[in-house]
Amino acid sequence: MQIDLRTVAIQPQRQAFDHLVRRFGDKPASRYQEGSYDIQAAENLHYKPTWAPENELYDASLTRIVMQDWYALKDPRQFYYSTYTLTRARQQETAEANFAFVESRGLADMLPDELRDVALKVLVPLRHAAWGANQHNTFICGYGYGTTFTQPCMYHAMDNLGIAQYLSRLGLLLGDTDALEAGKQAWLDDAAWQPLRRYVEDCLVLRDPFELFVAQNVALDGLLYPLVYERIVDEHLSVRGASAVAMLTQFMSDWFDETRKWVDAVLKVAAAESEHNRDVLQGWTRSWSARAASAMVPVVELALGAEADEAVGQQLAALTARIQKTGIPL
Amino acid sequence: MSTVFIALQANEETRPIIEAIEIDNPQAVVNRQPAMVKIDAQGQLVIRKSTIEEQLGRDFDLQELHINLISLTGNVVEDDETLTLSWNS
Amino acid sequence: MDMKVAKKKLGLKEKYRALTRDLGWDTTYQPKDAVFPYVGYEGIKIHDWDKWEDPFRLTMDAYWKYQAEKERKFYAIIDAHAQNNGHLNLTDARYLSALKIFLQAISPAEYASHKGFARTGREFPGVGTQVACQMQAIDEIRHAQTQIHAMSNYNRYYNGFHAFADTRDRIWYTSVARSFFDDAMSAGPFEFMIAIGFSFEYVLTNLLFVPFMSGAAYNGDMATVTFGFSAQSDEARHMTLGLECIKFMLEQDPDNLPIVQNWIDKWFWRGFRVLGLVSTMMDYMLPKRVMSWREAWDIYGVENGGALFKDLARYGIKPPKGWDDAEKAIDHMSHQFMLGLYQWSFGTAFHSWIPSEEDMNWLSAKYPDTFDKYYRPRWKHIKKLADAGTPFKNYGLAKLCQTCQLPTVFTEPDDPTLTCHRQSVYKGQKYHFCSDGCQHVFDNEPEKYVQAWLPMPQLFQEPINGDLGAWMEWVSLRDGKDNGDYAGSEDQRNFEAWRGLATTNQ
Ligand SMILES: [Fe+2]
Ligand SMILES: [Fe+2]
Repeated sequence: MQIDLRTVAIQPQRQAFDHLVRRFGDKPASRYQEGSYDIQAAENLHYKPTWAPENELYDASLTRIVMQDWYALKDPRQFYYSTYTLTRARQQETAEANFAFVESRGLADMLPDELRDVALKVLVPLRHAAWGANQHNTFICGYGYGTTFTQPCMYHAMDNLGIAQYLSRLGLLLGDTDALEAGKQAWLDDAAWQPLRRYVEDCLVLRDPFELFVAQNVALDGLLYPLVYERIVDEHLSVRGASAVAMLTQFMSDWFDETRKWVDAVLKVAAAESEHNRDVLQGWTRSWSARAASAMVPVVELALGAEADEAVGQQLAALTARIQKTGIPL
Repeated sequence: MSTVFIALQANEETRPIIEAIEIDNPQAVVNRQPAMVKIDAQGQLVIRKSTIEEQLGRDFDLQELHINLISLTGNVVEDDETLTLSWNS
Repeated sequence: MDMKVAKKKLGLKEKYRALTRDLGWDTTYQPKDAVFPYVGYEGIKIHDWDKWEDPFRLTMDAYWKYQAEKERKFYAIIDAHAQNNGHLNLTDARYLSALKIFLQAISPAEYASHKGFARTGREFPGVGTQVACQMQAIDEIRHAQTQIHAMSNYNRYYNGFHAFADTRDRIWYTSVARSFFDDAMSAGPFEFMIAIGFSFEYVLTNLLFVPFMSGAAYNGDMATVTFGFSAQSDEARHMTLGLECIKFMLEQDPDNLPIVQNWIDKWFWRGFRVLGLVSTMMDYMLPKRVMSWREAWDIYGVENGGALFKDLARYGIKPPKGWDDAEKAIDHMSHQFMLGLYQWSFGTAFHSWIPSEEDMNWLSAKYPDTFDKYYRPRWKHIKKLADAGTPFKNYGLAKLCQTCQLPTVFTEPDDPTLTCHRQSVYKGQKYHFCSDGCQHVFDNEPEKYVQAWLPMPQLFQEPINGDLGAWMEWVSLRDGKDNGDYAGSEDQRNFEAWRGLATTNQ
């Protein structure tokens, strides 16, 4: 017998899981809430880490930022795995179409040599910087506290890897494997890249997850993405006839637009929590964005020459304004 | 020789894949279970892109296997054309 | 000017090298030990991280594409299941006990695994290894979330699901899985990989997911089948990572062998104990059974595990130390567990029950050497007490094993009539164990296992002080609803009433 179960009207016994009712009231919870709140073990942890016996397995004191409730650091995009993955899958379809378009029309070969050189010189070494970003966000996810804060960092880390891979493909398409080798050489040895490489390596030994968030996602990305993808790719290269490059980096531009809203939201909530947090964040944002700005100057010079100082200066001012808007006085 | 296996979800998408695996591995034993098809083979199992494409009538990227994969055993060797599972004993 | 030179077509491996493996570099502004501070202290020697063989060479674009396809399918089914009262398709609501245990003990483990792999995804110095770990880290949060989402609809209609975030940290039986994952996460990165990547994923998860999900399919639970198989499709990558990792350690330096062997011994036994709960789910909790725990063990334990250890013998690896004891326990453990769960069912946020005559006949067919001889008589006795209105309850505290945290309900490997009990003394304190395997684990690292949080003594400490009602409140267990015998429970009454509505015209 086929039972038509849809026609049965039965009364649910409850609306949501207890911990969500406690947080959000007695009503159905969203999938973001179900997948994010209170899902990290909180009490009665069994053993101290053998790698850091002075710490706890999940330890909010690894950072100087203090939160009454770490779950307050909500992701405004409300990304959980599914919404994140579906969003990126759509974007990768566009990216794929863009790469295919550039390739099938031979647009890469039609680029003026000098612009192609600039594109390769600036963009290819950045795949290593993106790998650095991946390392940092993986770290924040691993050692940060509270899922609403840490889960977007894992997504961010995978995005950083995806960006490194798109930059590698761009190198292969505009150049060849030689272009990737030359880019790595430049990253390791060329004077223009050393301040940035040093910045990334210094971040590799930072073990305060929130400071790392500021150094990478606020300060460095906050300057690098607008400078490279807006100022250099969109304005400098496209205007001169290399709009094919912008097609290949559309993912990065869209990605920065989307993710900065999350980054700002995290800063805003953390800063609003206390005077102490504001002080700490002020110190971090100030020193890391100054360092990031000076590391970006020689990189921007590769494309803009003498205009680099001014471009970086403008961007630093814009970043400062952006940070101030989150409630951190600079 | 030890047994290797691959288990796939039982659905329309995997039907041609399973047929291709049977063609390439005549020694394999196909076990159909609820919602799952498990294919056992002695020592080695080879999954070939070209055979799947013939069964499917379209291009197939071997990584598409991940969508309906449930489990596998053995050492995995993957290239553009084949995915091989084997035990060294 | 036509300088068009045909580009080299890169094969899968070269392409992966160019796009992924080549992204890392040797740092010069910061020393390697400061960048990777935890990779050395376990004593594992790695000479060349470039020798790492990537098990699957997925780049992010492919990852997003294929995973999105899985996600779309999964949520379509979950949505339909919720909208169409899919829960009424279950063979019987007692089946839900298995899911309640799953949500309280396994889903939090998925999350722990997510965190652990994020850490190894940063701590290993090789790009290939890191990326594989990172993908597992993001997959594991997927598993935690898809499981919570799949069970969310059951929570709306049935008891026992509502407090999983509380029971995870406080109730006694979840401590078994929690202590396993806490143990792995508190270990160094290489041991973590053996614990989770190899022992749990490779040797044991097939036992957890495959027969269990087939069981869900047999019992009309499409929500669980879907999250199970969907998770398992990632598991195939994870298992291969686990296998790759162990081979890599063994190939890099012969000195790694004894360390790795020791971990295999430890983690096989730890995993075997955690999965003991699965034996009970399979043999007792599925109203319609797909195969017995013994049959699953023969396929996924003996045949697969056997093949695996035969393969690894070329490196000098021997099957895990506890293998023979495990084999001897297979025909007993599900019965011993279920008897334990039944007598302590006042303290579980799921139901247990006395198996029916028909259930018992199935069990004796599947366990011809043990069931009728040792366990049917005990069930019969318990049934008699229940029929007389004096159901058997053990309000005494279970003695928990200091290592695996299970009550010491198991018998001696060679004498099923004798409860196995071991003890060790460390710094003047006595510690209890359920088995030789657990005692060995403790004796190798007593300073770690003395730290274990034991949920039973908690009952006698602040703020509970031996008050059972206060304890129930503290673990968010609602007496008379979440716990006790399935017979007469609210879940049973509701399910039958709702099914009645669906099958009649009232
Ligand atoms: Fe998982
Ligand atoms: Fe034990």
